Amino acid sequence: MKHTAKKMLSFVIVLTLVVSLCSVFALADEGDAFKIGGTGPLTGGAAIYGLAAERGAQIAVDEINAEGGIQFELKYEDDTHDAEKAVNAYNALKDWGMQLSLGSVTSAPANATSAENFNDRIFALTPSASAPTVIDGKDNVFQMCFLDYPTQGGASAQYISSMGLAEKVGIIWKNDEDYSTGLRNSFVDTAAELGLEIVAETTFAAGNDTDFSVQLTEMQNAGADLVFLPMYYQPASLILSQAAAMGYAPKWFGVDGMDGILTMEGFDPAMAEGVMLLTPFNADSDDPATKAFVEKYQELYDETPNQFAADAYDCIYAYKQALEAAGATPDMTNEELNDLMIEQFTTMTFDGLTGTGMTWDASGAVSKGAHGCVIENGVYVGLD
Amino acid sequence: MTFLNYLLSGISLGSIYAIIALGYTMVYGIAKMLNFAHGDVIMVGAYICFFAVSRYHMPPVVGVLAAMAVCTVLGIVVERLAYKPLRAAPSLAVLITAIGVSYFLQNGAQLLWTPNPKVFSSVVGTGRLALFGGQLTVSYVTITTIASCIVIMIALTLFTGRTKMGKAMRACSEDKGAAQLMGINVNSTISVTFAIGSALAAVAGVLLCSAYPTLVPTTGSMPGIKAFTAAVFGGIGSIPGAFVGGLLLGVIEIFAKAYISTQLSDAVVFAVLIVVLLVKPAGLLGKKVSEKV
Repeated sequence: MKHTAKKMLSFVIVLTLVVSLCSVFALADEGDAFKIGGTGPLTGGAAIYGLAAERGAQIAVDEINAEGGIQFELKYEDDTHDAEKAVNAYNALKDWGMQLSLGSVTSAPANATSAENFNDRIFALTPSASAPTVIDGKDNVFQMCFLDYPTQGGASAQYISSMGLAEKVGIIWKNDEDYSTGLRNSFVDTAAELGLEIVAETTFAAGNDTDFSVQLTEMQNAGADLVFLPMYYQPASLILSQAAAMGYAPKWFGVDGMDGILTMEGFDPAMAEGVMLLTPFNADSDDPATKAFVEKYQELYDETPNQFAADAYDCIYAYKQALEAAGATPDMTNEELNDLMIEQFTTMTFDGLTGTGMTWDASGAVSKGAHGCVIENGVYVGLD
Repeated sequence: MTFLNYLLSGISLGSIYAIIALGYTMVYGIAKMLNFAHGDVIMVGAYICFFAVSRYHMPPVVGVLAAMAVCTVLGIVVERLAYKPLRAAPSLAVLITAIGVSYFLQNGAQLLWTPNPKVFSSVVGTGRLALFGGQLTVSYVTITTIASCIVIMIALTLFTGRTKMGKAMRACSEDKGAAQLMGINVNSTISVTFAIGSALAAVAGVLLCSAYPTLVPTTGSMPGIKAFTAAVFGGIGSIPGAFVGGLLLGVIEIFAKAYISTQLSDAVVFAVLIVVLLVKPAGLLGKKVSEKV
């Protein structure tokens, strides 16, 4: 009796394997759509960014496919914000037949996968990996987001200095994250050029990112009247609430990763009152395309899209524009597409949700404007 | 004054480590197993309290009780399903199972509650007690945490020392085989241990998130590891040791950040741990037990 049960079980397992293999072939047979793959943290602590990018890209793909012209097939693999897993995820996508890539969502995995993209000649356009090392020396890796250096960190320093926002600036940054370190370095360099005085600098790292009393006390003792927070919104929300509890109220200046702080469930928007940041995407914008995207996203996923979703959405539309202009067809190899895309991206101008008149230089960095925003009564208000 | 402020910050961080470490040390002391899933039970407790209080607008007391009830059941279920079948297996197998349970809980929480961070509203309010005309402040959360630690510590010591169940627990921890021969139901004793440990985890989770309000599925893992360190520091298995170890770890961490380097603070904490363990291998308050051969 026991024997038969075992036999049955193995039979079922074999059957499932065969069926799943068949379905893999069935997918591979379609062949009339461009296969776009990307890796991102779909689980783990950074999952909010990966899921946002995947969803934003999926909305764009569904819209484009429904139009009936160019067809896309999108596949995201989980890299859990880990460089090693990202390479495995990348390889899985390559086996799947990826022709164009969305690189990785976050910087550390993107450093690993962009090297693979370069070696395999698979063109990549990353929505949000902003470290300069991601595109450095790779002719076929492009970015949709700001480059940390020199664009965003430097632009923030420039903005603070030109608007005369502060005399004494403090910085709290995360020293084990490429994103935060890159922003901090560019900010410090530009601040030195502009003569903006940095009175205190403190750091934290993963696993040490709950208690900020020491960092805040140091800022307060140094008399910083503006604190620059180059980090994602999760630690930033803790910093804001602990500073409020201490009764320390400098001006806060954030970065694009701060976007999302207002959508945290249970977050008191009063904490973020007056926080300034430079961001390419504003979910409350009156722009009709942005409005349509935000509504669609809210309808499908029950939350407001952040900048990562908008960047990924733009990536797909940028691909559409480039592929159409180049007259590319889905039966082309990744090498052929790679050369066409390099040619297109370095010459085209693209209008998307995260900016208009975007252009790319040969290094893969995007040029687009940043808007100064301030949070007032729980919504972003443009500063300019 | 800055020094005293840092000291108070250290105590408030340390009190959180201490309350987590109490649960760790309790389970280790009786069941002789490192329950690496403890940090994740904390996370579950915090989520339950969050939903009760923030979503369904129940009073905080109900939230805490609900969290304790759910965590107790969770602790018993995990013990029955994951650890009990391995009672006779080498302790390494149980340790790895515990790591598996930890990942299971984290990913389960992520599926159920999404990875989007939630902001926990403190169950004891965000007020602070001002001392010396406002130059020093202590938050109510810290005061509540330290008071809870002391109450739990006394209750646990009395429970293991004075009650029949406590006696059975100590017997199990000394020699499971002999305890069974004396008519003690080892399995149910260990289940009770897990039930208590998990209820403590729920309290710790609520206090952790009251002090540091961002709640994500990985909220419990790093404080869990730090608290485990604190438990080893104080002498694992020793109830007062967990308290002392937790407080010291918090104070050392804050001082290392303030006076040495914000980048190196964890390295300093663990360097101190290594030195302490070199001098006192059983931890600060741990007893050295010699094996009879």
